[in-house]
Amino acid sequence: MIESVDLIGELAYWQQTGIRVFVGLAAVLLIAGTLVYLHLFKLVSFMQSRLGPMEAGPFGSLQLLAEVGKFLQKEDIFPAKADRFVFAAAPFVVLSSTFLLVVVVPGGPDAWFVNGDLGIYLGMAVSSVSVIGILMAGWGSASKYSLLGGLRATGQLIAYELPLILAVLGVVIQAETMNMQGIVLAQAGGEIFGWGAIGNPFILTQGVAFVIFMIAMQAELTQSPFDMPIAESELVTGYMTEYSGMRFLLFFIGEFATAGVFSAVAAVLFLGGWYIPGIDPANNIMNLLGPLVLVGKVVGLTFLVFWFRFTFPRLREDQLQKLAWKVLIPLALANIVVTGILKVAV
Amino acid sequence: MALVPGIIKGLGVTGGTLLRTLFPDGITKPVPNPVKGAETVQYPREKETPSARARGVIALHEENCTACMLCARECPDWCIYIEGHKEKAPPRRPGGKPRQVNALDRFDIDFALCMFCGICVEVCPFEALFWTPEYEFSEPRIADLLHDMSRLSEWMETVPDFEDYEAGSQAKKQRVPPT
Repeated sequence: MIESVDLIGELAYWQQTGIRVFVGLAAVLLIAGTLVYLHLFKLVSFMQSRLGPMEAGPFGSLQLLAEVGKFLQKEDIFPAKADRFVFAAAPFVVLSSTFLLVVVVPGGPDAWFVNGDLGIYLGMAVSSVSVIGILMAGWGSASKYSLLGGLRATGQLIAYELPLILAVLGVVIQAETMNMQGIVLAQAGGEIFGWGAIGNPFILTQGVAFVIFMIAMQAELTQSPFDMPIAESELVTGYMTEYSGMRFLLFFIGEFATAGVFSAVAAVLFLGGWYIPGIDPANNIMNLLGPLVLVGKVVGLTFLVFWFRFTFPRLREDQLQKLAWKVLIPLALANIVVTGILKVAV
Repeated sequence: MALVPGIIKGLGVTGGTLLRTLFPDGITKPVPNPVKGAETVQYPREKETPSARARGVIALHEENCTACMLCARECPDWCIYIEGHKEKAPPRRPGGKPRQVNALDRFDIDFALCMFCGICVEVCPFEALFWTPEYEFSEPRIADLLHDMSRLSEWMETVPDFEDYEAGSQAKKQRVPPT
């Protein structure tokens, strides 16, 4: 691993790019698969006192392959009056937003895709591209359910983008950088009132921002209790109603991959990313260990997301907007003000 | 903020079920064993015994049937087909007239149509129809769901013994004035 990391620096640019694309694909798809199996298949089953899939492979672990194989066999249906190009392109736009977001997440001191100074800014910017894809899906399907779902999704995603970004701002102020590596290192080297044994994971000093971020993330992912856009009892499946086969699968992968990637961003921002206390963050071993630590934190955070998802019923549309505009945004603004004052004063 | 206790309580319900399913032996012995903890059974491999009064399939006690057609007429789906003919039976007392009885030629229930309402069982005055808890009688061909007399009689083996009424129900019955 140590040699290979040194090797990356000597490769040509296109070779480095190839490796990064491959690793990015693997990171997104493996995490999505892990989440679907661990949380959607097993966790929800245990929470409902049942076993979930048990037939395909040991403990149903190959069920996912069966599901994907099933979707691949299905016919790719276009509605008669669909806007064919928009309809066909929408799932790719949604998925590309996920792949662009994973780019900013660092996995170790040298294991990163893009290490820009505006890392988290880039992440927040590309994460909102998915709104366009969802609106495209809603409009292109030429179906009233899809259109309503798409409009609901747009309103919801725009409303919750704001508290999400404002919650991030508190972290950025405290870390004094927008660079994702910088945020990790700020937590690794930080101290809480002079005590630095575990660094300073911002979940402790930015607890309010963490709660706001998780709630807004839940809404961004359109997970229950914020799943009005795909409210299955009202809108069939919202903007995904007319999709079948491969394109539906892309939406499905996008949903869970985005859950994983957003959790990875949250892990970097609030849990110290790839850093674990006790190992020097400059140590080369972290390039190997870091991604695993990060995946562990992602699984922990998505557990919270799915626990909420499987526990609470759907909110009403006005309750959803009220929560965003009247509670989360003022709270996030207050958090920024307090963080700023403390930053200057202390 | 008033919602927070409810939110936490809700998380506790699902989280508690998760822990009970995952660790059925309690938190003190944290060995994941969801197969034991789950309330459900893996159906084709293991089966739950249905309760004695479960409405699975309808059995026919052939000797009791008089082909009176009450069940066929009361059936909301018209899924009972009965054919019979009149026969002379030997007289009860020596020197008496031979009795006229109805003999059953055909008694079919089409379970593809049946909606398992149980009206036929209720209405039968001669205790010829019974519920049995047997439920595995699906067929690849829908026409095979038409159970004929011999098939319906075979189900009689699965009819459970008559259970006593629940405690107190007899006393309640006696209070009803005779009409």
